[in-house]
Amino acid sequence: MKPAAFDYVRAATPEEALEVLDQEGGDARILAGGQSLLPMLNMRLARPHVLVDIMAVAEWRELRDHAAGLRIGAAVRQAALERLDDLPRSQPLLAAALPWVGHAQTRSRGTVCGSVAHADPSAELPLVLVALGGEVHLRSRRRARRVPAEAFFTGMMATSRADEEIVEAVSLPARRPGAGYAFREVARRHGDFAIIACAAVVDGSGARLAVGGVADRPVARNLPAPDAKELTEALDDFAWDLDARDDLHATARYRRELVRRLGRKVIEEAARCHA
Amino acid sequence: MPRLSADRLHTVSFTLNGAPVSGAAEPRMLLTDFLRHVIGATGTHVGCEHGVCGACTVEIDGAPARACLTLAVQAQGAEIRTVEGLESSPGHLSALQESFREHHALQCGFCTPGILISLSALLRDSPEASEQEIRETLAGHLCRCTGYVPIVTAALAAQRRLRKAKGSADA
Repeated sequence: MKPAAFDYVRAATPEEALEVLDQEGGDARILAGGQSLLPMLNMRLARPHVLVDIMAVAEWRELRDHAAGLRIGAAVRQAALERLDDLPRSQPLLAAALPWVGHAQTRSRGTVCGSVAHADPSAELPLVLVALGGEVHLRSRRRARRVPAEAFFTGMMATSRADEEIVEAVSLPARRPGAGYAFREVARRHGDFAIIACAAVVDGSGARLAVGGVADRPVARNLPAPDAKELTEALDDFAWDLDARDDLHATARYRRELVRRLGRKVIEEAARCHA
Repeated sequence: MPRLSADRLHTVSFTLNGAPVSGAAEPRMLLTDFLRHVIGATGTHVGCEHGVCGACTVEIDGAPARACLTLAVQAQGAEIRTVEGLESSPGHLSALQESFREHHALQCGFCTPGILISLSALLRDSPEASEQEIRETLAGHLCRCTGYVPIVTAALAAQRRLRKAKGSADA
């Protein structure tokens, strides 16, 4: 349970970090808070040749809440978001999900972009990003591009990020007036990986439900309004389409049942906030 | 840009419980091992080494964090607080430690250093923390002996003790 050997680079600017990625590609890994990467290193599931510590890059510490939404830089820790007094008002879904991300003892170090880059299928922050239709800002030495969250997550811990790119920031659209938001999760113990996590956005036109922990990535679907008769059938279809699997923590059948029940619950809860 | 080579030892310096410490570490060395084997501060325990059990919890720059998910080189220049730094004065237990003793909040003691760090930070930063908040803080720790109830009792008792001490100090 000790990491294999690697070089360690402390980058002071984005250019320095991107240069290492450009030269070493897949042999290099970005080290931010380390709360996803260090377990992988300790268990030797990852054996990079070089780690690039980006926490000293001032530009990536940017956390900007403006009219269009919230932009969270690569070096912003989860705890820094929790300390934003205005977060429950400006980003109600994010504020509801944050306490479920790991434990206070890991949020103190872990970054938002790190969790997104790691792309664990049961992680809360990728789920929130998909539910809200957020964007992932990727940057390499040669180019910068923005990828919608739904296109960024491509599978189990797999993303559309290329080896020489870093997740430079993620952005969430501003809260929509008249929309309601809710988040719920079922786990064996608070802070454990979610057996299933649900995030809902409800407005006058219908509901959008995102589910994590069931498929190999967070998946969102637009559903009928909570008072519509068709919702039950739509939730049932969604539950089957997510292709749940049995594992140590829960059976596929239990997970499908949770999609139906927890899914309805968060949609109803979001509708109440919206009402 | 500084690049620390994998096969060399590099000097790491930080503040440990208020005093400067320094030692040599390869980049891959975890903060847990640096504290225990290089500095000789064995109060911090090593359990699961992947961030689940909480035994290695220390304070880094004022917030509880997993020492096993931190590289020693990442701690360069940081303020670290470990269980060795909790006693109120040399040889005197803190209010929280005293309450742990009174309420049998430990048996084997393996998880205790991490739990003391998390709870002492909670009681310092949120003196009015509810039982629910105490339990949420404890969710980041595994204890296989106590069943947690005595730990919650001890934390609430420590809170009362600290409040009383503050009350008499204010008077």
